[in-house]
Amino acid sequence: MSLSEEARPQQAKTPARRRLDALRTPRRFSADDLFETSSTIFAAMIILIIVVTSVLLIRGSIPVLQSFKTGFFTGTNWISVAGSESYGVLPYVLGTLVTSAIAVAVGVPLSLGIAIFLAEMAPWSLRNALSRVIELLAAVPSIIYGFWGLFVFRFWVRDYLEAPISSYVGAFPVFQGTPFGLDILTAGLILAIMIIPTVSSISKDVMMAVPSSQREAAYSIGATRWEVVRTGVLGYARSGIFGAIILGLGRAVGETMAVTMVIGNASGPAALPTSLFKQGATMASVIANEFSEAEPGSLHLSALIGIGLTLFLSAIVINVFAQLMVWKVLKVRAGSVE
Amino acid sequence: MEELKPANSEAPSIRGTLEKFKIQTEKLNAWFGNNHVLKDLSINIKEDEVTAIIGPSGCGKSTFIRCLNRMHELVPGARSSGAVLLDNANVYARGIDPVTVRRKVGMVFQKPNPFPTMSVYDNVAAGLKLNGIRDHQKLDRAVKRSLELAFLWDEVKTELDKSGASLSGGQQQRLCIARALAVEPEVILMDEPCSALDPVATAKIEELISSLKAQYTVVIVTHNMQQAARVSDNTAFLYLGQLIEYGETTQLFENPTEELTERYLTGKFG
Amino acid sequence: MESLEGSSGVRRVVLSNQSFRRFKDKLAYGLGVLCVVLAMLPLASILFEVVGKGLPAISLGFLTKTTGNITDPSSGIGNAIEGTLILIGVTSLIAVPIGLLAGIYLAEFGDNKFGRTIRFLNDVLAEFPSIVIGILAFSVVVIAIGHFSAIAGAVALSIIMLPIVTRTTEESIKLVPSSIRDASMALGIRRWRSSLSIVLVTAKDGVITGILLSIARISGETAPLLLTVLGSGFFFSGLDQPIDALPLRIFTDYKNSNYPSSLAQGWGAALVLIMLVLGLNLSVRLLTRGRSSFARARA
Repeated sequence: MSLSEEARPQQAKTPARRRLDALRTPRRFSADDLFETSSTIFAAMIILIIVVTSVLLIRGSIPVLQSFKTGFFTGTNWISVAGSESYGVLPYVLGTLVTSAIAVAVGVPLSLGIAIFLAEMAPWSLRNALSRVIELLAAVPSIIYGFWGLFVFRFWVRDYLEAPISSYVGAFPVFQGTPFGLDILTAGLILAIMIIPTVSSISKDVMMAVPSSQREAAYSIGATRWEVVRTGVLGYARSGIFGAIILGLGRAVGETMAVTMVIGNASGPAALPTSLFKQGATMASVIANEFSEAEPGSLHLSALIGIGLTLFLSAIVINVFAQLMVWKVLKVRAGSVE
Repeated sequence: MEELKPANSEAPSIRGTLEKFKIQTEKLNAWFGNNHVLKDLSINIKEDEVTAIIGPSGCGKSTFIRCLNRMHELVPGARSSGAVLLDNANVYARGIDPVTVRRKVGMVFQKPNPFPTMSVYDNVAAGLKLNGIRDHQKLDRAVKRSLELAFLWDEVKTELDKSGASLSGGQQQRLCIARALAVEPEVILMDEPCSALDPVATAKIEELISSLKAQYTVVIVTHNMQQAARVSDNTAFLYLGQLIEYGETTQLFENPTEELTERYLTGKFG
Repeated sequence: MESLEGSSGVRRVVLSNQSFRRFKDKLAYGLGVLCVVLAMLPLASILFEVVGKGLPAISLGFLTKTTGNITDPSSGIGNAIEGTLILIGVTSLIAVPIGLLAGIYLAEFGDNKFGRTIRFLNDVLAEFPSIVIGILAFSVVVIAIGHFSAIAGAVALSIIMLPIVTRTTEESIKLVPSSIRDASMALGIRRWRSSLSIVLVTAKDGVITGILLSIARISGETAPLLLTVLGSGFFFSGLDQPIDALPLRIFTDYKNSNYPSSLAQGWGAALVLIMLVLGLNLSVRLLTRGRSSFARARA
């Protein structure tokens, strides 16, 4: 506007004038809208991936499910020879269950011990250093765990654990068999090691998020440091810790390579986990072992995809449950400490 | 472990008058890291009376009472020097277990902090169970007694199983008081116990404090001068970590000897 | 030792269990230390063994030659290293832009029901068993092309990488104080420009951390590659062809481990892989001194 225009008193905009203006300059699709739309689209890709996965898994499983119906889930045979094919995933489901159960039974107490020690007992400087070292455990790739498990760990298990157990209680059905090192027990123990970083670091974060007023309350009635943890911290943190455990369980269920390399890879009814010292197989290990050899379009491949579907559903159920528990407690996000 | 009998706390005090002092601090200093927050505090707290600690924000009131039950040292980087005598025995002496000190000197905090995953009953019984008391009848009696002393029994007696956190703010604070009373302390420290509560709840707690002094020595920190005047028998005025004035409440409020005290009381600074 | 105990009622009972409580406290501390030590033993052993058995295998030829014939003693893992690097590159090209924008969406616009759903599903996706993701990539890409291929592997790996990048991007952006964004908008800079140029740049440490951590994660992934890239004894020959990768090479060596040269090669490859992964993790450590470990642990 020129100086003289500015000097002239502005005319008040009548409603008519305003409507005219609106018509004259339609709202342009701004770069901001483009930004919002495109980022929304990319975010929606996540939904797309999950949907596509579910659809493909179901579609790929249809042939084998049509052939065997519920027998697929209850059968124990696994014969891929054309003509006499029979597929039943029960041994593998049980194998996953047993190895994961061992992982949780051994790994969780260790993880909680670590979490309690780091969160409540260790001096400041030590806490940071040790936390980082434990996190390194998580960084080691599964295949290296498997390689190490195969050439080093299994001998520890065989010589220091299985041999003595076998000589004392080898008569018990759960300990039957010659200890060999490549079996369900070793697989379970390696899984235990692998879930420690997850369970311990989430539990530790959950405990550290417990407000200090709770600890003070326990101290003020005359509690020792351990009693403060037991009374003031663990109770408050218990649902978050439970969530961490379930998350660890989810990891154990989905773990493939390390298990494949130390579990001994039995097949069919021989894979039923009747003894800790038996060779076995998990859902993931069977897929890893047989997938690249299966003919595309064959019933064998469909059976493997069927295992994949079963594994997928189990992992989802476990992890959704865990997420709900951890989210409930840990509304604190990274960086914002209460 | 040598068992020294506690010295007779009825003996003449260092000041030469025949008075019962429950707690005596001698040149108490406290630091947070390099921050010197308490300077040479020497106060004598009389037994079975209510002593109020007043002063502007940051003067060290909370730090002071936390030194009395050895809670101050729980903060990383915190330290203290000087003696705190409980019945003439120094709680900071070598070999004294702070756990024992904290049981004898109970504390109630500014924001009520009941254990939310425990019931009302379990909250009160928590301290007793830690000390190995398992007998149900003993626990029942102790819980009832503590809740009665805290003026809470009638309100919760039919709902002892409810979560501690489901009570109202004022009730939670009384629950915390009951929890502290359950382990039979001798002293009760209160760090601004009413500042998070509404006036009705505050009044109830003040009534409670008056009834407690029959059996317990109470030290209350408050930023509310009127509350100090209402509730306490003695008042200490702290400023920047130092004891400025200490005396009977009516005397201090009506006729303060120090100018600083007078200026604080008349609101010339907060 | 001075005693503060009086003697009446409750206190008599109390005295008797004090030393037991002190003992329990010390025991708890001891057990905690034990747990930490037990957890570190496998880590120490892995590092010891991998370095001990892998180092002798390493040589310039080892790192640059192709594998070719299994029994050829002069074979190397050059193709595996190259394959891993190519896969990391292609995967990042796919997953990083999507993850960045998805993370920006969640941080900037995601405070509604849709955003909450996406966030939740993102965490679910992060926990998918990697072998199932392999099946997905197989069903889509391998079937489409007709045979195993590098791009199928990259697709699988990018699905694994995506949720990590999304999550760490979102969390890093959320850490940027809103005052910075407000200041930028108050200067008249458009929303999208503020987000990208100012907020994202401020958050870049966290974002780069997330990307590096996810790269470390996918470098070690084997299962999806088993189903998608097959592995190969030779250098890169095209995105639609099979490709080798370090974890695959280790797996192949495991399968052939009755040949001592294969076994030696496996340890050597394991050493290279672990150096890559730990190197990435340690550089993240240096970048994020003092920050919360929440994001790192969830990656």
